[in-house]
Amino acid sequence: MSQPFRLNKEGLINRNKKISFTFNGKKLFGYEGDTIASALIANGIHLVGRSFKYHRPRGFFGAGVEEPNAKLQVEFNGHSEPNVNATEMELVEGLSATSQNCWPSVNFDVGAINNFLKMFFPAGFYYKTFMWPKSFWYKIYEPFIRKAAGLGVASIEKDKERYEHKFEYCDLLVTGSGPSGLASAYAAAKNGAKVILAEDKPRFGGTLLTDDVSIDNLSGKDWAEKIITELKSMPNVTVKNRSQVFGYYDHNMLVMFERVSDHLETKSKFTPRQRLWYIRAKETILSTGSIERPIVFGNNDTPGIFLSAAAKEYMKVYGVLVGKKPLIFTNNDSAYETALEFKKNNVEPIILDTREEHSSELIDEAKSKGIDIRFSHGVIVANGYKKVKSAKIGKLNKDKNSFEKIETIECDCICVSGFWTPSVHLASQSGNKLKYEEKIDAFIPDKKKQHETSVGAANGSFTLEESLKHGFENGSNLSAKITETKTEISIPNVNEKKYGAHDKFWCMPLPKNENPKRFVDFQNDVSVSDIEIALREGYRSIEHVKRYTTLGMATDQGRTSNLNGLQLVSNIENKIVPEVGHTTFRPPFTPITIGTIVGREVGMEYMPTRKTPMHEWHEKNNAVFVDAGAWKRPRYYKQGSETLFEASKREAKNVRENVGICDVTTLGKIDIKGPDAAEFLNRVYTNAWMKLPVGKARYGLMLREDGIVMDDGTTTRISENHYHMTTTTAQAANVLSHLEYYLQIVWPELNVNVVSTTEQWAGAAIAGPKSREMLSKLYPDLDVSNEALPFMGYKEAEFFGVPSRIFRISFSGELAYEINVKSDHGMFMWEKMMEVGKEFGNQPYGTEALSTLRIEMGHVAGPELDGRTIPSDVSLNGLVSKKKDFIGKNSLGREAFNVESRQKIVGLIPIDRKSSIPEGSHIVQDQNAKLPNPKLGHVSSSCWSVENNNPFSLAIMKDGKNMIGKKFFAVSPLKNKSIEVEVISSHYVDPEGKRVRS
Amino acid sequence: MLYIKCPYCGLRAQKEFSYGGDATVKRPNINEEVSSEDWDNFVYMRKSPRGKHIELWQHIAGCRQWIKVQRDTATHEIFQTAKVTEEIR
Repeated sequence: MSQPFRLNKEGLINRNKKISFTFNGKKLFGYEGDTIASALIANGIHLVGRSFKYHRPRGFFGAGVEEPNAKLQVEFNGHSEPNVNATEMELVEGLSATSQNCWPSVNFDVGAINNFLKMFFPAGFYYKTFMWPKSFWYKIYEPFIRKAAGLGVASIEKDKERYEHKFEYCDLLVTGSGPSGLASAYAAAKNGAKVILAEDKPRFGGTLLTDDVSIDNLSGKDWAEKIITELKSMPNVTVKNRSQVFGYYDHNMLVMFERVSDHLETKSKFTPRQRLWYIRAKETILSTGSIERPIVFGNNDTPGIFLSAAAKEYMKVYGVLVGKKPLIFTNNDSAYETALEFKKNNVEPIILDTREEHSSELIDEAKSKGIDIRFSHGVIVANGYKKVKSAKIGKLNKDKNSFEKIETIECDCICVSGFWTPSVHLASQSGNKLKYEEKIDAFIPDKKKQHETSVGAANGSFTLEESLKHGFENGSNLSAKITETKTEISIPNVNEKKYGAHDKFWCMPLPKNENPKRFVDFQNDVSVSDIEIALREGYRSIEHVKRYTTLGMATDQGRTSNLNGLQLVSNIENKIVPEVGHTTFRPPFTPITIGTIVGREVGMEYMPTRKTPMHEWHEKNNAVFVDAGAWKRPRYYKQGSETLFEASKREAKNVRENVGICDVTTLGKIDIKGPDAAEFLNRVYTNAWMKLPVGKARYGLMLREDGIVMDDGTTTRISENHYHMTTTTAQAANVLSHLEYYLQIVWPELNVNVVSTTEQWAGAAIAGPKSREMLSKLYPDLDVSNEALPFMGYKEAEFFGVPSRIFRISFSGELAYEINVKSDHGMFMWEKMMEVGKEFGNQPYGTEALSTLRIEMGHVAGPELDGRTIPSDVSLNGLVSKKKDFIGKNSLGREAFNVESRQKIVGLIPIDRKSSIPEGSHIVQDQNAKLPNPKLGHVSSSCWSVENNNPFSLAIMKDGKNMIGKKFFAVSPLKNKSIEVEVISSHYVDPEGKRVRS
Repeated sequence: MLYIKCPYCGLRAQKEFSYGGDATVKRPNINEEVSSEDWDNFVYMRKSPRGKHIELWQHIAGCRQWIKVQRDTATHEIFQTAKVTEEIR
């Protein structure tokens, strides 16, 4: 079990702890501290996936978040997660990784035939190929594309893990723990600021872990460790690794994704898997560093081709060699450090430098170590299909557009470096318009829109000395403004190697008659020729080129491809890069799991559940619940094998014949107090309120200012300056806000206070011809006669020793009462009612029976008051006062509200007296008419009339009142039904309203 | 997510508030004649400015007070917040 590419000593991994895992079924091992990528490379495995479009073999390219290729399907801890970045996922015992986008295997992939048909897959091929015949789209093209596209497979299992959200506030958030980030955090912490330092990787230090530098005579790594240890000991500092700040939102809110426990072998059941942090920072330091830029050449996507800094990171952090015969292909000095690192580990690299022969500190050192350096050279094309075997290299002419000499040399990896691109994503998301910095050929932050400051490489400073200086200064100054304390810190002495100038050269030309693919964007298989095609076809805006070619899209968001894409466009267009501009940076910076976004808001915790005090009783008595907003309401109480239809019919019939009780706790209740309460109600409701006596209730109708009905309900005058308002369950919150709006803003002179009391009262309706008899047993000492407690009367009395309110109001159209007691007494009241009601045949009834009862009475509710109806539409114009002003009154005079043929509420019964009319059906004259069939109205509510034993519906119909007696069709294309109906009055039962007054 | 300073409670996350439209619209007085044009302007006509906008928000999950917020509709910058009884110049 030897690992052919593992170095003997180097690296920060724990060699005492082996971790076994599988890759495509093969048993392998790595060490604690490895990523999947480093462990696979140590085992000599480079072929890990197939590319998106051409199914070309792909290997690792980076060592972290920049990786475009190595996305794996990973199973661990009972998860199966797609598109996991192999260069970021830490190895855990028993992990199993498999390649994506290949069939039957990554070694032999049938889809690779696309690579040989590539002339058929140019940029925009989707748009061109699948346009005709049109009928092929749904059945043939779309399913084919769906199957061919995509990366991994999302699990259909329920995610059993725990995810959390956390809200945090701080003075300074530092994003990235490289040299500039550490310096900033340290300086701010010393000033007493509340600091959060976030590091994406498991290890703190950033480039200090891999660069050959020293700070105050400590190695970079040791200095980082010293600073982190001190920061961790400070109570005002939170230090977080495995935490990616991925989004910069308004008012300095940043969102961070923390991988809490995927790397742990054991954890408590309360440990979340991942955590989302919403961080409101007074100031933000963006020390996000930079990402190495590739150079484009032929077959540059072949496994074994790496970014040069990634190759160095594999050696220095993981003790892994990406190859033993490396070619280093560079346009700048930084790759020389990789070459020197290879040399240190007894591997002989060859450096191909696109620049002409010259001298610098690093070049001289490489030369002195005997490294083979070839100036004015570059890789033309990599040879090898599943792994680099050799490279055709060329000596460039002076203009760098053709070759003076071409030869082939053997190699097993190519480490490429095209200089550095600052990671400006967060700065750009904050609203900072970027500027192009000629000196480094990249965009850096410009003027700030929010409280953010980019430091170090993220701001285009590529020397350690400058990064540290910026970090200390900005961290100190920004925090001093907040804490008003300034601690002097001496900037440490730095020892680093000086880099010479880079070459402005990123795309190798091709020799005549050779045409290998030169990829710009690996993840989306976008090559140089694709960009050329897009421009040839007239796409000019970089945003359009991006969408046409898919350059810079998908999970890696073009981290390694954007600038090379821009450079190509500008070369072809003869522009300079800043003229071409850049595409928009949007969050998230890296993919995050849906679980993290959702957090704890799943299942029961998706929203609060509101239960009435009688809920438990309903549960015990086989209630089937229905959601009414957040409330759970009994829909019906199931007896034996009853269906919903049977149960609701039984319950409604019992109310009509005997008596039933219904839990009406969910109705909105608002307490209204103050000397101007009557005046206020008079303005809020359409009907008159000034003369309502104490101890009486009144039905009221509320409009919006545009004349549309907002809500209805009863309000009772409890005492001189005290009213109790009820609203519908659905509108309770809106009505309260509405009242507060008028009291606080429009009529602040009115001395009135409102407060919601919905949760303070438990309510039960007692309805049916026997309700008075039942009430008299509930209140043996109270005169409940029609004279003492008439319709719309109100009394306060003790309910078996408990204070209660009795309202004689009715929604069912029967003789009915509503009893309110304090919530704590709700269950007591309900059980007493069930006990006392036995002799009267009392049964509980749910919302379905409640609906039946109100529909056949023609009482309107939510389906009729749907935000489109005015009072006269629903036969409530009797409640609209002509004498006084009220909210919305001026709108009722509008012309369209007063035309004769305007919609009106009517009743519908099926001609056959059997077929139920689906709610939402359209009313038409001719069911067979050509489309569009003129619509005359719609069915708003339907029920089975228990009084007349046939279906009955309410409908809102054009010129409705004049349609009574006529026949139409109610058609529901959704239910595939067409029912012949007759229009009748909406008051199907007891049109005179005798029962409620009896 | 905006960070809104409630004049009663202090800085709170946008989550706690609900938006209430243009704060400069004045409802015609109750019990007074109003022309159809004025009424229509009050009910329907709203400006949609790019830039500074004085608007109403209600601290619905807090003190339940309606407040005035002067905000830039393009950048979300909040310049000033006030009680509804106070003026924002």
